[in-house]
Amino acid sequence: MKLLFERSRSGRGSTLLPACDVPAVDFDQSLLRTAPPRLPEISEIDLGRHYTELAKQTHGVNDGFYPLGSCTMKYNPRVNEEAAALPGFTQVHPLQPQETVQGALEVLHRAETLLCEITGMDAMSFQPAAGAHGEYTGLLLIRKYHQSKGDTARTKIIVPDSAHGTNPASATMAGFKVVSVPSNEAGGVDLDALRKAVGPDTAGLMLTNPNTVGLFDTNILEITQIVHDAGGLCYYDGANLNAVMGHVRPGDMGFDCVHLNLHKTFSTPHGGGGPGSGPVGCKAMLEPFLPAPRVKAVDGMYSFDTPQRTMGQVRGFYGNFLVVVKALAYLITLGKEGIPEASAGAVLNANYLMKKLMGHYDMAYHTLCMHEFVMTLQGLARDSGVTAMDVAKRLLDFGIHPPTMYFPLIVHEALMVEPTETESPETLDQAAQAFLDILAEAKADPESLHHAPHHCPIGRPDEVTAARDPILRYGFAE
Amino acid sequence: MSNIPAELKYSKSHEWIKEENGVFTIGLTDYAQSALGDIVFINLPEEADNVKAGESFSDVESVKAVSDVFSPVTGAVTAVNEDLLDNPALVNESPYEAWLIQVSDVSDTEELLDAEGYAAVVAAEEA
Repeated sequence: MKLLFERSRSGRGSTLLPACDVPAVDFDQSLLRTAPPRLPEISEIDLGRHYTELAKQTHGVNDGFYPLGSCTMKYNPRVNEEAAALPGFTQVHPLQPQETVQGALEVLHRAETLLCEITGMDAMSFQPAAGAHGEYTGLLLIRKYHQSKGDTARTKIIVPDSAHGTNPASATMAGFKVVSVPSNEAGGVDLDALRKAVGPDTAGLMLTNPNTVGLFDTNILEITQIVHDAGGLCYYDGANLNAVMGHVRPGDMGFDCVHLNLHKTFSTPHGGGGPGSGPVGCKAMLEPFLPAPRVKAVDGMYSFDTPQRTMGQVRGFYGNFLVVVKALAYLITLGKEGIPEASAGAVLNANYLMKKLMGHYDMAYHTLCMHEFVMTLQGLARDSGVTAMDVAKRLLDFGIHPPTMYFPLIVHEALMVEPTETESPETLDQAAQAFLDILAEAKADPESLHHAPHHCPIGRPDEVTAARDPILRYGFAE
Repeated sequence: MSNIPAELKYSKSHEWIKEENGVFTIGLTDYAQSALGDIVFINLPEEADNVKAGESFSDVESVKAVSDVFSPVTGAVTAVNEDLLDNPALVNESPYEAWLIQVSDVSDTEELLDAEGYAAVVAAEEA
């Protein structure tokens, strides 16, 4: 298909700017462009058709089942969008007087109160723009805390080998050295290895529970105790909170700070539709170090506040504010009954689908799962040559988005399936049937699966060339 | 079945090691490149950097994942295969020719396996 630049014709456009009705300002000539930027010039209808054409080539949560493990691609209720589109939220300026944006401040304050209750934390900042940014901010909190005690020897962050790749990356970005601890046979943290890994150089532990293989680590209280006894802090990666919200709280598991992904658990769009939001919550002893500004309520009036020993800002202004509006709309809609019910539904759906596939596909772990489960296709790949990638690609022909592939790294030929609570039994039954049909194809005609999908607008993009030799800007014909 | 040349030594984390006159040449095994899939980027240390046995000295990015490469020895890097920076696919094409680094002044070595020992490690992972 044609790129916008290729559709562009000089002089064509979608908007006519009105005459300037404010005084013109003379800039220093050295600050001005000598030539206008080469932006595409396109009529509105051509622009609309371009994006519609792109949309037809993709698979979104509005097209079909989207069981992308660890990403929690749940449905985003339309009412959230309506709330976020209210002019009182969209037509405010970040620097306008605080008394004129009391409603917006109340949104931040109420969302903080509710999410602190769900996580068992004492305070929260909405500045981080998404999950990994939240991790980074949480680690800066941990660093600030140790520094405030004059303890500069704590330079290491412990991360289990099943962790999301962002955990070690965030720890490195925050200036820590990463220590990896192995998983035990049951998929949880190896306690002996953890005991050996902790010491006076331990700044903290990063963990998600349920973990990346979809299992709840029942040793969690012992795990956080081991880290605390060594003088470290415990960081909860909220990637998998969708399995436990309203049932068990990270704060009660012994965690000192958390990040949430509002764009996963609290039902705001993501996966290219973003933006995300990765608020960081913490226990009271870390609160003085949170990013500024925060919102405080005094006598029914809301105002911005700078914590005493703040780390400063990690992003401009107040984070992705409209995402917080959508998350608050979701929280209020579901309420105290609906939040735990959503998690229970997510766990039920995952177990239902896993049970239907068990005996046909090999499960990486043979216990009840939480909100997602991991299959290993190593046996299938060995016997038929059909890989996790082949099965994932073929699912697209059935109108199903592929599960997460080749993750977690500790499971070979992994497919990680997370149905979410928003799918019906009919959808889960259809998905199970698709998986079984593909398995039958793998045995009858493995060769054809190497070329799947067969009926999609795009077959197999050349991922290797795209990664080795990416073209990141349009090459203008000179 | 992956190719495991008899004349090389191996680590449990899938690196091969060839020692000649105190110089240790280190690369990724055929099993490692096959498990990783098409490699699209390799991050290498620089000459004169120090590497430590059991610690990561490089990361390799494939279409599946980014993985650490661990040094089987402690010593100083004396040569880096810069061809891999432009053409990481060489590791997929000929893993035992596409070495990553050479290390000298080796003061410590992990427990290295012979071809038979390493074949058992690979067999266990494939089981």
